Amino acid sequence: MSLFFIVALPFFGALLPGLMNSAGRSACAGVTFTVSLAAFIGLLTNLPTVLAGEVVTAGVDWMPVLGLNFTLMLDGLGFFFALLILGIGLLIIAYARHYLSRDDNMGQFFTYLLLFQGAMVGIVLSDNILLLLIFWELTSLSSFLLIGYWKHLPEGRQGARMALTVTGMGGLAMIGGMLILGQIVGSYDLSVILQNRDLIQADPLYVPALILILLGCFTKSAQFPFHFWLPHAMAAPTPVSAYLHSATMVKAGIFLMARMWPVLSGTTEWFVIVTTAGLITMVLGAIIALFKHDLKALLAFSTVSHLGLITMLLGTGTAFGAMAAMFHILNHATFKAALFMSAGIVDHETHTRDIRRLGGLRTLMPITFVIVVLAALSMAGIPLLNGFLSKEMMLEEATHTVLFNSPWLVPALATFGSLFSAAYCFRLIGHTFFGPVRDDYPSKPHDPGFGLWGPPAFLVLLVVAIGVAPFLAEPFVKMVTASVLGGEAEVPKAYFKIWHGLVPALFMSAIAVVGGLVLLAVFNPALRLWDRAPRPEAKTIFEALVEAVASLARRLILPLHNGAFSRYAAIGSVAIVVLGFHAWSTGTVGPATRVMQDVTPVSVAGWAMLVAATIGMVFLHRNRFLSLILIGIVGLMVSIGFVFFSAPDLAMTQFTVEVVTIILLLLALNFLPKHTPVESTVLRRVRDTGIALFGGLATFGLAYHYLLRDAVTGPISEFHLANSYKGGGGTNVVNVILVDFRGFDTYGEIIVLGIAALLIYALTETLLGGPVRARLLNRTPDAARAGDAHPMMMVVLTRVIMPVVLMVGFYIFLRGHNEPGGGFIAGLIVSIGVVMQYMASGFSWTSARLRYPYHGVIGAGVLIAGLTGIGSWFVGKPFLTSDFTYVRIPPFNEFELATAALFDLGVFLAVVGAVMLSLESFSRLARRAHVPDNEHPMDIDPSRDDKPVPGTPAAQGGV
Amino acid sequence: MELLVASAIGIMTAGGLYLLLRLRTFPVILGISLLTYAVNVFLFASGRLTIGAPPILRDDITRYADPLPQALVLTAIVISFGMTAVVVMIGLGAYLGSHDDHVDDLPEPDADASEGRS
Repeated sequence: MSLFFIVALPFFGALLPGLMNSAGRSACAGVTFTVSLAAFIGLLTNLPTVLAGEVVTAGVDWMPVLGLNFTLMLDGLGFFFALLILGIGLLIIAYARHYLSRDDNMGQFFTYLLLFQGAMVGIVLSDNILLLLIFWELTSLSSFLLIGYWKHLPEGRQGARMALTVTGMGGLAMIGGMLILGQIVGSYDLSVILQNRDLIQADPLYVPALILILLGCFTKSAQFPFHFWLPHAMAAPTPVSAYLHSATMVKAGIFLMARMWPVLSGTTEWFVIVTTAGLITMVLGAIIALFKHDLKALLAFSTVSHLGLITMLLGTGTAFGAMAAMFHILNHATFKAALFMSAGIVDHETHTRDIRRLGGLRTLMPITFVIVVLAALSMAGIPLLNGFLSKEMMLEEATHTVLFNSPWLVPALATFGSLFSAAYCFRLIGHTFFGPVRDDYPSKPHDPGFGLWGPPAFLVLLVVAIGVAPFLAEPFVKMVTASVLGGEAEVPKAYFKIWHGLVPALFMSAIAVVGGLVLLAVFNPALRLWDRAPRPEAKTIFEALVEAVASLARRLILPLHNGAFSRYAAIGSVAIVVLGFHAWSTGTVGPATRVMQDVTPVSVAGWAMLVAATIGMVFLHRNRFLSLILIGIVGLMVSIGFVFFSAPDLAMTQFTVEVVTIILLLLALNFLPKHTPVESTVLRRVRDTGIALFGGLATFGLAYHYLLRDAVTGPISEFHLANSYKGGGGTNVVNVILVDFRGFDTYGEIIVLGIAALLIYALTETLLGGPVRARLLNRTPDAARAGDAHPMMMVVLTRVIMPVVLMVGFYIFLRGHNEPGGGFIAGLIVSIGVVMQYMASGFSWTSARLRYPYHGVIGAGVLIAGLTGIGSWFVGKPFLTSDFTYVRIPPFNEFELATAALFDLGVFLAVVGAVMLSLESFSRLARRAHVPDNEHPMDIDPSRDDKPVPGTPAAQGGV
Repeated sequence: MELLVASAIGIMTAGGLYLLLRLRTFPVILGISLLTYAVNVFLFASGRLTIGAPPILRDDITRYADPLPQALVLTAIVISFGMTAVVVMIGLGAYLGSHDDHVDDLPEPDADASEGRS
């Protein structure tokens, strides 16, 4: 199966569980399982190629300019991790089916889980480090959702937030490191980067890149000092803990260290940083784990400790260390996932995870007991179980590692950590399952059904199989190691054996196991000592840090961003003018190249009216009705100006828009105060006048300047003028530009217009659904109402004129391609015709005759325009390529048919729908305000002799 | 002629800016409308001023006004209607909900310092 499918399957599959939610829990889990299984099988089909030592690749260019390509690669290492992710994922899905209760939203859970799975598979299969970063961030996000899955638990939310903060910060650091790496090599492809070890390590930026990348790895894999988030993430449901926090996500950091091993390792910096961090994490994690009473917390810290162990092995930089690390990843995934699932079983059956309240479960839960004993003993490093083998290799490697010039430091600490590790494993077994049977369990414990114990039992089978017959795993681990080493070192010859003879590692193991037993024997005094010792609490420190950053942000933002819109507007205006002035004064200003055109008396008159109306608005704006009339004059003069300066289309648009805008503002003014009181101080008004004059003068200067100069380079309009008829089949160049040359822009515009109208509708609905509704219903109009709401003259006139308006609209629409007109203008004209009906005959009368809802009209418009665009695909042309032809039907002259006209129809419909939906929404507010709304448009109607039935639309029809 | 257009743009901008800096929603909306006119005319004028030569192709004519700014401004006019309508709706909703049509949303004098904590 192509690698694309393996990565894509979980992502697309994530859509399914939500859909299957209503079909039952088994169906929901079943479909999730099937998706994972398909990806798993797809992965296995690539096994022969990988075993042959080849690398499977697949790729498409995504953004080649950025070096970001969707390239995937599958080698031994990637295969190993993908196998863990998908394989353990299958077991987890089966387990979660039985673990989640009926109250949990299973569809949501599995959707998150599949998203996470896809992101993880993406990380391990990426061949491009930028792509890898994307998947990396996706795992942080999806794990946030999973940890916080039980939203009602504050621990869940806090744990999720902490995990996201820590891993997100690490991810940010890693982005920096990866970008540096890409810059050094000149490529973002892993396959190229991995070939350039010497180049990278010689670069002065190697150390910053290394530190940044390691920050990402350490935060993700919970290495000291970032280990604190992992235990808090245990607030997640147990399947999540078992999956993310033992087998997969926390290993992503380790995966990346292994992936980058050939190019980053081997230097002193790598050795010191990675080995030290790993060693500290291992010892610290093991010590804390011993004293945790919560089963999951114990396991969490033991995971921290084991991740430290693996990190330390990778840090040594030797081939043997890398091989031991790979082997331990495999072993740890098996026994730790089994242990987590078992902890979940204990929790599920006894309703507590507190070790102090447990004990004696050996006889009550025999199956769980066997599973836990085998897995925990493996973790403690007891022979014949797989944990022993890799721990032995770790100790062996430790004896050869010299850190800070001391040959004793690493072996001693490794033994010390192993000792505590053995101790907590024994405590886990001893204090939970041995001891007397108690009579105060929160719930009566018994073994669960197969669904719960099956998955961990399967993993324990692996634990034993590898432990007894290590040669089974040897070829696989060696293959993985070979791809980690990437040719930089030979794969070690050493065989995986249980008995190596009396080597130092064996003695260290023995010390650890015996010491662990001794430590358990003196556990109670040790615990008292531990409880008395002062310890920093990571969560408190973290919260204090977050709070400090937040308060800093508040102190910085609030004084600047204080909610005063007029202040922002003032600062913005001044800043824009100042920047513009700076550009002006630093650029070169050419001489005037155009001659000023002569002024005619008519144009001076128009100018004078516009200026008078504008100045009048400024002085009279407190009277709102008056200012509305004045702005109408300004709009009218602008339209006339457009006609005068050879833009008939603009004039028609401006004019019609003017009408609907004024109606809209009138509707709004119905509710708003009719006067603006004097509030601002004189000083304030002087300041505002200053800013306004400053801005006006600047705009004037700019406009005057460029009106007298030709463009620096020739405008592209020449192309449009030359091709409008030849290519677009229309003589109205403006319309051809709108529906053809720049049709995609227009398509976007009508969508925006539609969204604006829907937004207005939604806001109206919200207002009418909330407390405002009551206020509207109870409000008394602040002005006297008209005695005759629907004057008969007006009603008759608007109805007579309606067909004429429609015909004009139709005419304007049809001629738009060749003469001034088109969809925009026709749409506005038709809207005005319909609005007239509302105004004259009333809301109810008009709505009752409305056949199509305006949302539908908008939708139809956008769809028609879009389908017209798609239509050109069928003839192999790009989106929105237009075509036209001339046809002749005998009685008529030859006329033109253009697909652009169909597009224009979409524009027309969208404009009608949007304008009408906005105006209708406003008038709906008004309608609710003074309820008795006559069903009949006219007070006198000869065709009517009955009274309208309240609640039914006027069935009598029109006049 | 150029002087007239440029000064009209300047005056409309100045008027628009002054109204934009008022404290109530309605004058601010009118100010935005005035600014919209100014900006549209400004954009339109970037095609330079041409009298008596609309961009409608005719066989015997070769001088046309620049059609591209016209097409851009045409859509801008329609969009500005949509924008005005949304702004008016927001202003109206705010007024109906709180009986206050001030545009400035100044924080309370003793704003809760712990705001933003979870």
